Amino acid sequence: MSALLLRDIRLAARAGGSAMLALAFFASVATLVPLGVGPDLALLARIAGGVLWIAAVLAALLALDRLFQADFEDGSLDMIALSPLSLESVAAAKIAAHWLTTGLPLALLSPLLAVLFGVKTIAALFVSLLVGTPAVSAIGAVGAGLTMSIRRGGLILPLIVLPLLAPAVIFGAGAAVGSAGALPLLGAFSFAACVLSPFATAAAVRLNLGS
Amino acid sequence: MLFRGLSFRVETGRALSLEGANGSGKTSLLRMLAGFLAPAEGAIRFGDVADGEERGKFVGWLGHHDAVKAQMSVRENLDFFAQLYASEAGDTLDALGLARLAELPGQYLSAGQKKRVALARLKLTKRPLWLMDEPLASLDAAGKKIAADLVAAHCAGGGIAVVATHEPLGIDCDRLVLA
Amino acid sequence: MLRYANPTRFMQLSTPILPWLGGAALVLLAVGLTLGLSVPPDYQQGETVRVMFLHVPAAWTAMMAYGLMAVASLVGLVWRHPLADSAAKAIAPLGALFTALGLVTGSLWGRPMWGAWWVWDGRLTSFLLLLFLYLGYIALWNAIEDETRAARAAGILALVGAVNLPVIEFSVDWWTTLHQGESILRKGGPLIASVYLWPLFAMALGYTFLFLTLWTMRIQTEILTRRARSLMLAGEL
Repeated sequence: MSALLLRDIRLAARAGGSAMLALAFFASVATLVPLGVGPDLALLARIAGGVLWIAAVLAALLALDRLFQADFEDGSLDMIALSPLSLESVAAAKIAAHWLTTGLPLALLSPLLAVLFGVKTIAALFVSLLVGTPAVSAIGAVGAGLTMSIRRGGLILPLIVLPLLAPAVIFGAGAAVGSAGALPLLGAFSFAACVLSPFATAAAVRLNLGS
Repeated sequence: MLFRGLSFRVETGRALSLEGANGSGKTSLLRMLAGFLAPAEGAIRFGDVADGEERGKFVGWLGHHDAVKAQMSVRENLDFFAQLYASEAGDTLDALGLARLAELPGQYLSAGQKKRVALARLKLTKRPLWLMDEPLASLDAAGKKIAADLVAAHCAGGGIAVVATHEPLGIDCDRLVLA
Repeated sequence: MLRYANPTRFMQLSTPILPWLGGAALVLLAVGLTLGLSVPPDYQQGETVRVMFLHVPAAWTAMMAYGLMAVASLVGLVWRHPLADSAAKAIAPLGALFTALGLVTGSLWGRPMWGAWWVWDGRLTSFLLLLFLYLGYIALWNAIEDETRAARAAGILALVGAVNLPVIEFSVDWWTTLHQGESILRKGGPLIASVYLWPLFAMALGYTFLFLTLWTMRIQTEILTRRARSLMLAGEL
C-alpha cells in the first residue's frame, strides 16, 4: 500500500505539481476576495474562516477528477486492481496521497493567508484545515471513483461532491473561528469519512473496471 | 449481448490465441476471464477458483494500454509493480532488452519499447494465468520474437496464456475464433 | 426469462391501480385545500399561514422520496433487480420537483415575515442541499452511457447521500443556532393548533398519492422505453 502511496506522490510532484496548483489557487482566491469586498480588515477577519475554507475545498477539488481517471485511462488501474492489494486499500492509499498533496500543503500555507486577512485565530484555522481536509479528500474520492469513466467527469464531480461536503465546510469554518464544539464535530466527521469512504470508493472503482 | 453458448477449456502448459474481427469481443472475454466483468450466464473457473475477484489473484494482465507512466523511468515503473506484486524486477529488464533504457523516463520511449516494458511487467508478476490483449502490436520483428518466446517459456513452465491477437503468435497454440 | 417477467408483472399490476391512485390524490388534495382555505387564520401570521399546507407536505414528500430512492438503490445494488433501478431512476426528477416546490412555497411563506424572498433559514438551507443531491444524482445517471453501470453508480451515490443526509441536516441545524438564524419555518409555526393538523394530514396524504401516481407512471414509461430500445436494437422496430 505504501508503494502506491509513494508512487502517487512522486507522480503528483513530477507531473506539474498538483500541490503547487492547489496552493496557487488558494492564494489567488485569498487575493481576489479583498479585491472584491474591500480592504476593511475587520470585515476580512470576520469572513476569513469561511472564505479560506471554501478556497481550500475548491483547491482540493481541482486535482480530484484525475485521482482515478489517469490510471484508468492508461491501463494502470487494471494492473493495480489485480495485485494482492484490495481495492479498499487502493482507495485508502489514493485518499492519503491526495490529502498529502493538496490538503496538507493548504493547511501549511494557511497561517500566511491568515495574516493577510488579519485573522487572530491563526492556530484554530490551521488546525481546522488540518483536521477537516482529509474529509474533503475522502468524500471527493467517492465522487472521483464514480466519475472516472465519464469523459468530462470533472464537470459533474463538484455537483456530486459539494452537497456532501457541506458539514465539513460548516464545522471547519466554525472551528476556524474557534466556535465551541466545532472542532470535535469536524474531527468526528473527518474520521467517519475516512473510515467509510474506502468502501464506497472501492465499490465505485470495481463498478467502473467492469467495462 | 456478446457471446452465446461459448464454452472452452485450456490446459496448463497451453496457449490459446483468441482471434476475431474488431468488436467481436476479444477484450471483453479477456476482462471476463480476469474477473473484471461477470458473465450474464455461466461460469468461469481457474482450477477450483470460480469467484471473479479471487481468480484475479492468479492473473498476469497485459492490456491494450501500456500503463507506462511518462514521468517515471523504466526502472521506476517496473519497481513500482514489483513492490505491488511482492516480486522483483530482477533480470526482466535484460530478458526484454531494456537494460540500456532503464533510467529513461517513459515519455521518451517508443510504442514498441513501452510494449516491452509491459511484457517485462507481466513477467515479474510471476502469475500462472497470462491474459494478453494484442501483445504483438507495435513490436518490431525482434520484439515479436522475444514476446513469442516469453509466452512459450511461460507455458512450458506450467503456465497458461490466453492471447487476443490479430497476427499469429508463431508458437504452438490452440485457437479460438470469435465470429 | 425470469428477469423480464417482473417488469411485465409490474405493468400488469400497476395499470389498473393507476387511476385509483390518481383519483385518491385528487380527492385528498381537494379535501386538503378546502380545509386549508377554511381554517381560521393564524393570530400571528394571518392568512399566509395557509402556505404552510403547501410547503410542509412538499418537504415531507421530498424527504420520503429520497428515502425511497435510497432503498430502491440498495435493492438494485444488492439483488441486481432491474425494476429497482428503474424505480430509483424514476423518483429523482419527482423528488427534485417536490424539493423545488418546497423551496418556492417556503420562500412565499416567509416573504411577509422576512421582508425578503430568501433567508438562510436552517430548514430551507438543508432543503437546498437536498435539491443539489437530487440534481447530482440525475446528472450522474445522464452522464454514464451504459444503463446498467449508470444505475449502479447512481445507486452508490444515493446510498452515500442517504448516509450523509442526517449529518448534513445536523450540521445545518448547528450552523443555524451558531449564527442565531431565524427558525420561523419550524414544523408549522410556533404553535400547531389541532385545527391545522387535519388539512396538513390531508395535504400530506394527497401529496403522497400524487407522488405515487407520478412515480408509477414514470416507472411504466421507463419499462416501456427499455423495451422499445431493446426491440430497436434487435431490429424489430
